Amino acid sequence: MIPAPFTYKRALSVDEALDLAAQDGDDAKFLAGGHSLLPLMKLRLAVPEVLIDIGRLGELRYIREEDGHIAVGALTSHDELSRSGLLASEVPLLAHAAGQVGDPQVRHRGTIGGSLAHSDPAADLPAVVLALDATLVARGPSGSREIPAADFFHSLFETELEPGELLTEIRIPKPQTPRRWAFQKFTKRAIDYAIVGVAVQGGSVALVNMDQTPVRATAVERALAEGAGPCEAAIHAAEGTSPSADINADRGYREHLARVLVRRALEESLARG
Amino acid sequence: MKVTVTVNGKQVAAEVADRTLLVHFVREVANLTATNVGCDTTSCGACTVLLDGKSVKSCTVLAAQADGCEVTTVEGLADGSGELHPVQAAFHAEHGLQCGFCTPGMVMAAVSLLAENSSPTEEEVRSALEGNLCRCTGYHNIVRAVLAAAPAVSEKRSA
Repeated sequence: MIPAPFTYKRALSVDEALDLAAQDGDDAKFLAGGHSLLPLMKLRLAVPEVLIDIGRLGELRYIREEDGHIAVGALTSHDELSRSGLLASEVPLLAHAAGQVGDPQVRHRGTIGGSLAHSDPAADLPAVVLALDATLVARGPSGSREIPAADFFHSLFETELEPGELLTEIRIPKPQTPRRWAFQKFTKRAIDYAIVGVAVQGGSVALVNMDQTPVRATAVERALAEGAGPCEAAIHAAEGTSPSADINADRGYREHLARVLVRRALEESLARG
Repeated sequence: MKVTVTVNGKQVAAEVADRTLLVHFVREVANLTATNVGCDTTSCGACTVLLDGKSVKSCTVLAAQADGCEVTTVEGLADGSGELHPVQAAFHAEHGLQCGFCTPGMVMAAVSLLAENSSPTEEEVRSALEGNLCRCTGYHNIVRAVLAAAPAVSEKRSA
């Protein structure tokens, strides 16, 4: 399988990437590691006419501490996230979850920005940044803007990003209780997308693949805030969600998995700190 | 577009369609056919090669993305003296293959692992090979081979 024909363009700076995107408008897609986009293109589910390769923009590859938050460049690979000492001490949830994405080969190529901009509700990192209350920074022709993770994911493969806008940075407020985290997912094979997953940071709980976007398990969070323990709170895991049915699971099974995984994750996070 | 890739130390340059995948560049332009196309969906790992030293699934990388980079395939592991690379030798000694289809990718994934972690535990080897499927061996002998190769690979690197 090969993708439908397209024109490949390579940007060597963010400015150049934005200029190229402005030229081609809706017909163009940014290509980072390509591990979400190229598989879709090979299946002809995505047929962009122009690919703008941003994979060499070193300026978007970093993990650093800034006042009160951790700034992660959008082109940082899952592998780099999983090996970051700074993340391991300040945001271990992100380091761990990134190390669970796909397999080593996928983690060498796939990037956090690519995963978020792709907006697949079955992907791990969208739910993780949602649980972390991250802010996403996008640059477009008219400058930079900050988008709260809660407003970023609109639907399956749809985000707040306008055509021609590039996700450049993920800002993660330092969690007050960095050790109280957990990440759980249930997959058929190790490398598969999660049938259901859950990210916990402190009292925040976000679900993978329980709706058209990653969602916060608000009923669980409310129960926790009212003093419920893991078992009691986890009963509410599927409330307000609308999981899809597919070859792996029907809706009821996903709801069951959500309750089980949320309970396990809450127990794990409490055991940690 | 013109793509130039250093494959196993040799520069290979060609005018290819923009949509050419790296695995096709390796097999059809560089004429190195050990790297197999298996699932073609980023799952099985049969097409694993090293791109600038790191394992990647070459069915999910454009040749254009590898332009100017270094690619190593299983053909590039032995040093030309006729002696096998320690990982290849260990797969042979430990019977880490049956039909052999997954082997080039499996060996490259193992080489990538041992470059990152020179003395992995059995569990670390198993997780590092998550992206490579084998339908014959049941994996036990493959894991054994990677563990057996680790000391020899470290020795070779420090030599």
